[in-house]
Amino acid sequence: MSQPIQLPKWIDIGLLPLWNLAIALLVAGGVVMLIGHSPWQALSVLLNGALGSARGLGYSLYYATTFIFTGLAVAVAIHAGLFNIGGEGQATLGGVGVTLIALWLGAKLPAVVMLPLLVLAAAGFGMLWAAVPAYLQAWRGSHIVITTIMFNFLAAGLNSYLLVNWLRPAGSMAVESAEFADSARMPALHQIAAALGYELPSSPLNLSLIIALLACAFVGWFLWKSAAGYAVRAVGSAPRAAHYAGIRPRAQVLLAMALSGALAGMVGVNEISGVQGKLTLDFVAGAGFTGIAVSLMGRNHPVGIILASLLFGVLYQGGVEVSFELQGFSREMVVTAQGLIVLFSGAMATVSAPLFARAYAAIKGGR
Amino acid sequence: MDEVLIASVVASTLRVSAPLLLCAMAGVLSERAGVVDLGLEGKMLFAAFAAAATASVTHSTGLGLLAAIGVACVASLLHGFACVTNRGDQVVSGVALNMIAAGLTVVLGIAWFQQGGQTPPIDPAVRLTALVPDFAEPQAGHWVTSVLGHGLLSHNLLVYAAFLMVGAVWFFLERTRPGLRLRAVGENPAMVEAAGMSVQGLRYQALLMNGVLCGLAGAYLTLAQNASFSPNMTAGRGFIALAAMIFGKWKPLPTLGACLLFGFLDAVAIRMQGVQLPGIGEVPVQLIQALPYILTVVLLAGFIGSAIAPKALGRPYVKER
Amino acid sequence: MTPPAVRLQGISKRFGAVQANRDVSFDIAAGSVHGLVGENGAGKSTLMAILYGYYHADAGTLEVNGQPVQIANSQQAIALGIGMVHQHFMLVDTLSCLENIMLGAEGGFFLTPSKARVRAKLEALMAETGLQVPLDAVVADLPVGELQRLEILKALYRGARILILDEPTAVLTPQETDQLFVTLRRLQQLGTTLILITHKLREVMSLCSAVTVMRAGQVVETRPIADWSEASLAESMVGRKVTLGRPEGLEIKTGEVRLQATGLSLKHANGVPALKDVSLSLRAGEIVGVAGVSGNGQSELLEVLSGLRAPEGGQLDLGGASFTPEAWLDTAQARPLRLAHVPEDRHAVGLVMSFPAWESAVLGYQNLPKYRQGAAMNHAAMREATKQMQERFDVRPRDENLGSSKFSGGNQQKLILAREIGEQPTVLLVGQPTRGVDIGAIEFIHKQLRALRDAGCAVLLVSSELDEILALADRVVVMNAGRITGELSIDECDERRLGLLMAAQEERAVA
Repeated sequence: MSQPIQLPKWIDIGLLPLWNLAIALLVAGGVVMLIGHSPWQALSVLLNGALGSARGLGYSLYYATTFIFTGLAVAVAIHAGLFNIGGEGQATLGGVGVTLIALWLGAKLPAVVMLPLLVLAAAGFGMLWAAVPAYLQAWRGSHIVITTIMFNFLAAGLNSYLLVNWLRPAGSMAVESAEFADSARMPALHQIAAALGYELPSSPLNLSLIIALLACAFVGWFLWKSAAGYAVRAVGSAPRAAHYAGIRPRAQVLLAMALSGALAGMVGVNEISGVQGKLTLDFVAGAGFTGIAVSLMGRNHPVGIILASLLFGVLYQGGVEVSFELQGFSREMVVTAQGLIVLFSGAMATVSAPLFARAYAAIKGGR
Repeated sequence: MDEVLIASVVASTLRVSAPLLLCAMAGVLSERAGVVDLGLEGKMLFAAFAAAATASVTHSTGLGLLAAIGVACVASLLHGFACVTNRGDQVVSGVALNMIAAGLTVVLGIAWFQQGGQTPPIDPAVRLTALVPDFAEPQAGHWVTSVLGHGLLSHNLLVYAAFLMVGAVWFFLERTRPGLRLRAVGENPAMVEAAGMSVQGLRYQALLMNGVLCGLAGAYLTLAQNASFSPNMTAGRGFIALAAMIFGKWKPLPTLGACLLFGFLDAVAIRMQGVQLPGIGEVPVQLIQALPYILTVVLLAGFIGSAIAPKALGRPYVKER
Repeated sequence: MTPPAVRLQGISKRFGAVQANRDVSFDIAAGSVHGLVGENGAGKSTLMAILYGYYHADAGTLEVNGQPVQIANSQQAIALGIGMVHQHFMLVDTLSCLENIMLGAEGGFFLTPSKARVRAKLEALMAETGLQVPLDAVVADLPVGELQRLEILKALYRGARILILDEPTAVLTPQETDQLFVTLRRLQQLGTTLILITHKLREVMSLCSAVTVMRAGQVVETRPIADWSEASLAESMVGRKVTLGRPEGLEIKTGEVRLQATGLSLKHANGVPALKDVSLSLRAGEIVGVAGVSGNGQSELLEVLSGLRAPEGGQLDLGGASFTPEAWLDTAQARPLRLAHVPEDRHAVGLVMSFPAWESAVLGYQNLPKYRQGAAMNHAAMREATKQMQERFDVRPRDENLGSSKFSGGNQQKLILAREIGEQPTVLLVGQPTRGVDIGAIEFIHKQLRALRDAGCAVLLVSSELDEILALADRVVVMNAGRITGELSIDECDERRLGLLMAAQEERAVA
């Protein structure tokens, strides 16, 4: 990855990312104008749809949950010096794992046993799907970007094969698995609230959000407090120094990617167990790539990832509302905005840095 | 064996390989110059949309082609601006391009044509049709007319152009001065700069050519293969082209082989459904569709030879002095 | 009388705080082989880089063939007939020799006719100079000696009449070196002026018609070859040094052997030997200095002894354990065996630049129980340890939260030293401890190393600063071309002997 410019920390972590985000949204606004709509109107519908009602907020948070998982996945890998583009496929496998366990044991076990088991299955299957490219990178030098892209397609193919040939109930035309038993369903937050005596509007928001937040705490602990995290960060940042310190780079690559895959796999918990209750074809729907945007925006840090996930959750939910309310507006506008954010916060992140450096120097000099 | 089957498999293979070839050649040019190009998928998508939108509105094949090439070139140059001029991360830039393409083509499609992202069907007169219409169908009992005629000669201009491009790219790289410099800049940009040539200039050149070829690939999808644009119609072809390029070790002729192989697998995949192979049983269609990806991974793992990328690939060039 | 091929007058060049060239003036006669001799950091490479257009001099004038010139870039140098054969070849591995030579001067859009034209010219050139290069072979397949001939041919093809060769025999086998000499003599006969940057005195005596010795950025003297001998060259290169800082009457008490290396051998990736049958022993309570021009195997020696790299042959005995190449010492094993290492490259190896000081301060020791709380790191202990290190070693600023990259070079080095010494090693390997370090820190670091030695540690000191070695070492081992050419006790060291050993081809007893 390219050289950083020496800017004071508050500009580097705070101002510059916000600036890049602003430019991306500006261009997105330009596209909105290009298709004949008012960006302000679109924005107000978006914010209202995402945050203006408890229900909308519920949806935004549900989307954000998935993005937290995929964002954490990308972040952990980046700290090890790797680019994990395979979140899409790892998330798919996570869903497959959830489905297999749910269909096999769901009817036989109570929720209190099933739910942790599902989380383990999601993490385990995602972990496995990331471990193979990791092994190939560490031991055979195969570029992890290419292999994870290939594995995304393989995951989609595997999912399709399993659904069509094994998991589809006999006689059904829809490419879906059978429905899960209730004990294999992540309880929705509005259900939990009802049990506690509160009333929340119905939305897909489920217990996975809590798991996602716990995952954030865990990743924060792992990277900056644990001994394993120390080794992973050393390898990602200074491989020669890590070797000098007696750290084995290959093991760290494997560990980081395994954790990364496990995190991405947990999307299966939110989407399959939490929302759908069955396995479907394209349930990940690009969340793996959104995870890249989230991690880039969140500077690969759990706190930033939570904030960025909220942003994208709002964008997605708001985008759905806008596509309902404004004629000629589609959900793909969100995908476009997301791509612009990746472009300006990722590839072109340092374009504006010299401008900031000059401005900062000028202001400092003026004092 | 059934000559109708063989003929239609041959024809299918060539038809499916054509866009892969154009994209893969684009990738070869960019990556041999040292710039990773994951955005092949996005550029092809942009180009397909541009060709379809323009052709359906202007009723002109030429304008459709030009639009496709123009848009793909703009995307390539944007990638260049992010990575070559600003030394941004090449992988991230490619991923961003793909995302923007996936979104923008549908947004504009809905805004301009209101058909859920599809463009209006293109007038048959404007589409690229077979050069020799007599061979449109294979004929039972006639081997030569079927296999040669339908298989090889029944295609449209772009299919043949795609194969010609392989030769053109090969000739460019191996037998011309700019091609020699392009090859050098992907291996040892410091040396190229020291010898008085501009690394940036050479890389932009490569990206421009890359744009033209991606443009043709996208135009093929909507002007020749289908009659209109539909959302995400590239369906991963850009990545199969990437896989073919790696499988072909960044060289035009082996990449041609890889594209034909992958095209063949695609042609065979549908036809194999329900077919029982001796000893193995029915081969799942998903497995055949997955073969290009599996083969690429196996190659990268070093189990069937090694894929040595251009040495400076992926590393932004920083002038030393 | 023909004007000198090159005339340098008052050339000065400064890089930040370092004066790389100071008022350099001398002539290079047309058609001569002119040797430019000196240790690392003498300023030879900078001077030639100015001549070849890579840098601009801050002051002074250049004349080429009697005409005053301004050389703004290497294209202008080439236009003036100056060519350079770099130490690290500038070649494209996947292209053929012919294509490498043509690159940038192809002479036409289509390669096939251009190649035919260039080939014809090259074959004439090869016949004239006796330089044989397989034009159609791919560079990646060729040995180093051929590649160097390719580089020379490349320079000649572009019309070089003045050829600069930067440490040309650094990567050659003896046979290839002899071949090169034949080529260079032939070129001289054809009227090419050759400038040879080298520290190898045998070559200078064998080839050159005149020699300029440089030291610390300045010209010591320029004389025709008849006025020099190997011994006088060596002395001039090393200079008259006062052995500093050796307390009088210090008794050197050395104890048991702590580290024993026998017969270490290692090759570079291109097949050239990096270590040739190196044997070394380190005793408790002594500092062994490894002297020699940088790039003669000292770095590889450190890498092998510290466990960063396994050699191809040899044995290491350390802390009761024996290691052979099949199962060499691993960096993870070194520290538990009480072997510490201050690496030559403090930026990329000694510290993790993106870590704050308190995390870099345990690099290599991160698994010690005192820094751990089960699966987690004990941040409080790490911070406390860092504070203590910073206090004891006067690391400034006293901020354990500051990023490792934000400390000055001297303070980074002190931090690393504090860390490595902190666990009371029995063997300490130190590489270039005071490179880029300010004077005050140098004094401090030297004091610490002496104290460590006095406390009974065995210290191996690798330094390209001869002054430093002479100030600290009890015993001096000299390396050249991957071999130990000689070993002297500190009392036996003088400039002449050291210089000769540093330039020697094989181990010799020095009178």
